[in-house]
Amino acid sequence: MATLTKQQIGTVLAKQGILIAFAVFMVAFTLANSKFISVDNLFSVVRSSAILGVMALGVTFVVISGNLDLSVGSMMSFSTIVVLDLHDQIGPALAIPAMFAMTLSLGAFIGFLVGYLRLNSLIVTLGMLSAIHGLTLTYSGGQNMDIADKEGTWFSVFGQGSALGIPVPILIFVALAALLGVVLAKTPFGRKVYAVGGNGTAATFSGIRRARTVFACYIISAFCVATAGLIQASRSLGSQNTVGQGLELEVLAAVILGGASLLGGSGTIFKTVIGVLILGFIQNGLLLIGLQFYVQFVVTWVIIILAVWLDIAAKRGKLLSSIA
Amino acid sequence: MTDPVLHLDDIVKTFPGVRALDGVSFSVMPGEVHALMGENGAGKSTLMKVLGGIYQPDGGSIHVGKEQVTMSGPLEAKAKGIVFIHQELSLAEELSVAENIYLGELPRKSFGRVDWRKLSDQTNTILQKLNVGFDATTRVGDLSIANQQMVEIARALTVDAKAVIFDEPTASLTDAEKVVLFDVISDLQKEGVGIIYISHRMEEIFKITDRISILRDGQYQGTVNTAETNEEAVTQMMIGRKLDLSRNETHHELGDVALEVRGLSCGKLYQDISFEVRRGEVVGFYGLVGAGRTEIAETLFGLRDPSAGQILLDGEEVRITSPNDAIARGISLVPEDRKGQGLVLGMNCRDNMTLPQVQDLTSGPFVAEGAEVAIFDQYRDRLDIRTPGWKQLVGNLSGGNQQKIVIGKWLSMHPNVLIVDEPTRGIDVGSKSEIHKLLRELAAQGYAVMVISSEMPEVLHVADRIVAMYSGRIMRTFTSDEVTEDSLIQAISGLGGHEAA
Repeated sequence: MATLTKQQIGTVLAKQGILIAFAVFMVAFTLANSKFISVDNLFSVVRSSAILGVMALGVTFVVISGNLDLSVGSMMSFSTIVVLDLHDQIGPALAIPAMFAMTLSLGAFIGFLVGYLRLNSLIVTLGMLSAIHGLTLTYSGGQNMDIADKEGTWFSVFGQGSALGIPVPILIFVALAALLGVVLAKTPFGRKVYAVGGNGTAATFSGIRRARTVFACYIISAFCVATAGLIQASRSLGSQNTVGQGLELEVLAAVILGGASLLGGSGTIFKTVIGVLILGFIQNGLLLIGLQFYVQFVVTWVIIILAVWLDIAAKRGKLLSSIA
Repeated sequence: MTDPVLHLDDIVKTFPGVRALDGVSFSVMPGEVHALMGENGAGKSTLMKVLGGIYQPDGGSIHVGKEQVTMSGPLEAKAKGIVFIHQELSLAEELSVAENIYLGELPRKSFGRVDWRKLSDQTNTILQKLNVGFDATTRVGDLSIANQQMVEIARALTVDAKAVIFDEPTASLTDAEKVVLFDVISDLQKEGVGIIYISHRMEEIFKITDRISILRDGQYQGTVNTAETNEEAVTQMMIGRKLDLSRNETHHELGDVALEVRGLSCGKLYQDISFEVRRGEVVGFYGLVGAGRTEIAETLFGLRDPSAGQILLDGEEVRITSPNDAIARGISLVPEDRKGQGLVLGMNCRDNMTLPQVQDLTSGPFVAEGAEVAIFDQYRDRLDIRTPGWKQLVGNLSGGNQQKIVIGKWLSMHPNVLIVDEPTRGIDVGSKSEIHKLLRELAAQGYAVMVISSEMPEVLHVADRIVAMYSGRIMRTFTSDEVTEDSLIQAISGLGGHEAA
């Protein structure tokens, strides 16, 4: 191949924009603070991103199917509180499946409303954000939840354990990402998710059961949330009612950063993982270059908007859209 | 000899791998209606985008009057008197007619207040010229599509237009509305405006245009005087070969009845519909928009519940509850709205084609991509789908190729009954005749085919029998031997009386 034309460069930027942005962030932060690139730090970033990442995997399905899930943050608080409470009442071996069952029922409820009743997912999940928060507070009586015997339980393995020197949360994140990545990219179900999100009417006209597909996406999302709740509970062995608050937006940000369209029909698990890592590294990098923790909220969002803008600009070939 | 109002000289535009325009020249004289014709993908749209400044040409020049110009965008084009009336309307439905027409340049009084009286006067002056039945204060959303188009045209008249480009203006108009549009065009003509008229519809071209310029594969094929040519010659220039427009005279050996419908009704949409389709037969459903034909197809495909009547497949009564169910029983529907119902535009060609059977095309838990590519290749060859490869997004294909993807998608399901709804809407003549030929071939292979169409030449050309519908009822069923254009028109206008027997 000869030299790249301007157009070819544009195509590469449009397709790989997010990876390039990722590389630029990494280099910039490393130049600012050499500790950033150390193995310890990289590990710590991935570990702290694992909870967010696991949730983002599920939300990726929902977003590709053309819907939103803003309830994942409060649903994660719910899972965490429930599993901690049940741990002392019925033991961890029963508490975990019971918590999964309860979280999945919440997901099924949302999936029913959005899929079968065709209600707007923004309204439904925004409502559920609040309703599940209320449910959690009611369940816990407003109290924080703590495991009585923090030393003597094997329950801590999901959040604190490690195998082959790799922390378990990372292993769970990687395994789940691999599994769901294959489901989305390689199975008939994955294809249907793209079709339903890309053009729901055409999917229906092709014999795809749209409601069932959307329902399944919310079940997957709820499963991921329950897994995230398990990691969270296991890591701290005690929790506030509001542990997941605000995570719904960070999760959505990671999915969008990865390049999934909010209109549905596009996105991949791999890109979402990249989105999660970018978000994690930005926040970590900002701390390392000495910014106050609170400034992070602002800077993170500025960077997200920048990234999304660059992505769109690359796709349409210029930075500002013309009026006509 | 007067000077042209607009002259394009040797325009070249290339995209990666494609020479979209290869030295195209043509000019429009004042007071002339100049048709621009060519198949989908011939370069008409690209040429118009160059003219409107959306694309910059890689070579050649544009002259407005005697002045050579560079168009930086549609606003500049409009300022220079080049006005586009687009196929897809771009109006703000919630605003009034006047606000839409002067959007962005509303007349002002002191303190930036809008001068409503002046706005309304100016607008009504223009509307009078157009002779329309609404006024400046009407909400645009309350107007019919035809009248909305008039608003677009009115918008064009606010500037001192030198040339007006109409892009498929009659696509969504009724016959009566077309007459009004043609009057407007002839008025513009009298004022010395040059008109570029882009359309696939031959009868219109021959009715209103003075000259015809033809593009094929980005190359200028020539300009002819409309009065000195005929449809056949123009078509030949467009597609480079002759077109078969004859009536359907071949009949195949008919097999058993594949589909029978008895007394089918669906609320107010259609009532008491009975017909049968045999293997090897093409049955055409002809009628006006809203006659209930699409709704019958949707019922057969499990998208609507009938309120009464029976559906029999191969002689057995069935209840079809969902598209999934219909597909399992061997019914395929190529829907009316290609982009809205037929395709996922953001998906590639292969995935679109195998979508209805993706659940069954598996090896283990995974989609068998090799088998999918094989299916795609098979139907690409059989239907002559022109695409760089299966990875191409369907949204990037021309209308004719998109339609072939939809047809391929349903043929690959090997249906017993194939229903096609408006199979050639909005696609060029070349692809159109290929699709007609294909439908005949499918019947010859033993498919039972239902063709719903609003175009008389189409039903006459492909159907063995024609069911004429009016207002939700079957008026008459014709065999292709007995049908005449007159009797068909009478039947679909509700004049023919009910079918005897």
